[in-house]
Amino acid sequence: MGQTFVEKIFSKRAGRAVVPGTILTVKPDYVLTHDNSAAIYKTFTGMGATKVFDKNQPLIVLDHIVPASSEKAAINHKTVREFVADQQLPHFYDGGRGICHQVVVEEGFARPGSLIVGSDSHTTTYGALGAFSTGIGRSEAAGIWALGEIWLKVPESMKIVLNGIPKKHILSKDVLLHIAGKIKADGALYRSIEFSGSYIENLSFEQRLTLTNMAIELGAKNGYIAPDEKVFSYLEERGVARDAYEALYPDSDAEYAEVVEIDVATIEYEVAAPHTVDNVKNASTLKDISVNQVLIGTCTNGRIEDLRQAAEILADKKVAHGTRLLILPASNEVYLQAMDEGLLKIFIKAGALVLNSGCGPCLGAHQGVMAPGEVTVSTANRNFKGRMGCNTADIYLASPYVAAATAVVGRIATPDDLEG
Amino acid sequence: MAIIKGKVFVYGDDINTDVIFPGKYTYTVTDPDEIAQHAMEDEDPTFVKEVVAGDIIIAGKNFGCGSSREQAAFCFKYLNMGAIIAESYARIYYRNCINAGLPALEIKNLVARVKRGDIVEIDTEAGTVLLPNGDTISFPPLPPEVDQIMKEGGLTNYIKAKLSQ
Repeated sequence: MGQTFVEKIFSKRAGRAVVPGTILTVKPDYVLTHDNSAAIYKTFTGMGATKVFDKNQPLIVLDHIVPASSEKAAINHKTVREFVADQQLPHFYDGGRGICHQVVVEEGFARPGSLIVGSDSHTTTYGALGAFSTGIGRSEAAGIWALGEIWLKVPESMKIVLNGIPKKHILSKDVLLHIAGKIKADGALYRSIEFSGSYIENLSFEQRLTLTNMAIELGAKNGYIAPDEKVFSYLEERGVARDAYEALYPDSDAEYAEVVEIDVATIEYEVAAPHTVDNVKNASTLKDISVNQVLIGTCTNGRIEDLRQAAEILADKKVAHGTRLLILPASNEVYLQAMDEGLLKIFIKAGALVLNSGCGPCLGAHQGVMAPGEVTVSTANRNFKGRMGCNTADIYLASPYVAAATAVVGRIATPDDLEG
Repeated sequence: MAIIKGKVFVYGDDINTDVIFPGKYTYTVTDPDEIAQHAMEDEDPTFVKEVVAGDIIIAGKNFGCGSSREQAAFCFKYLNMGAIIAESYARIYYRNCINAGLPALEIKNLVARVKRGDIVEIDTEAGTVLLPNGDTISFPPLPPEVDQIMKEGGLTNYIKAKLSQ
């Protein structure tokens, strides 16, 4: 019997054929942590550990509260820097380099066939490069620092087949939100999702990352997209040779717990209304919603293509009176490219506030925290109650096109509303 | 601890980690007692006032979905709660419960059979839950790899034991 991607990668790592439900101990290629590394370090020492088992395993990126918003946050960062220096860890990126998930991709750590875990739920992102990657808890990251290994259960697999050609301005964010509305937030619980179909084959590398980033919002353990030339050439440009990894693909006769088929031509502008990602509505039904703040960026939609799309809408336009627009590039590399391409000029002339690369307002810790009764439209991945720092504020999730159009109109809007 | 007995708090589906432990506290609130005081803050502000050691949460599907933040599991451990019983869990959350040494049972269709304040008794050795009406529900044992972590009282102790071997 053939194997799915996840069965194949776990079999390879285990050195024997494994089936869903098998629990095995694996040595991940990398373990990602961020500002939580200070707390993880405390657990690490609490475990009686003194030396990191494998210095090459930890990837540490400060991104959650950068630059530090308070003395407490600053001490937190300082603790991490001292730990990194003390242990002589080679893979450390200080605040400002970018959001961890973008940095891991840009730095070439995520590769086809990689096994990466991270103490951040959106670690699923790297599946767009054909890696297996999933989120873990802080204590587990400490455990890997101490012992180099972790137990994982081989999940069932689910195939989401996306065929067809999307309508103009419909992005992978709309597609993912459509899927969330259809299968719900637990629709892929404990499962490995394989995104496939002609839509995926034609999809840009950057838009693929949006899908796997949000696989966790469907409950999935990981998301996977078969790596192709787009991935190989992206890595090659970053100095990762084609023979530096082994791409793994599911067998054609693999068995899936469920197969969902969607014709993307039927998908409209989709918006996740408060307070769950699966509360998905057509944007046209929300046109009366006045919006105080728009956030374009984050690890979901803060890459150069996302910013180009936003700029396409915002060029020669102004942000509506009474609405604030925040731009949050996913990394300093994206930031620089946006600058070179003149996108930042478009945003600033439109009245936007361009933030430094980091997690920023997405988790409500600083930068753009909301007030009671306010409404944000965001290109991020979560709209839970209280997510942006206030439990009586509303968050709507949308694509960069919809978010940008909303900023111009001041109410939830789409590019179609700005035409003609 | 074979017997866990306590009053129950009942919640629905998709209780996420942001309402259990708001993200704005993840880097500002670090003391265990203080973490405990924010448990369920954006879902049920009365929860921390009423909860006592040994109490049990009974919830619907996808409990703990969202962030990987461990405080959302540890806040219940720091309150010395007895257990969580949910129809299903978000997987990182489930792991975090094991790592915290907090019993997390997966039992379907229980939400409709209990109400807030009911007393429920869990026998972890026998693998049974006793409801107020006398009904007994069985649940399967944990896989040995995971059970060992629970038996040590969580991942920190488990690794400490391993490192000292």
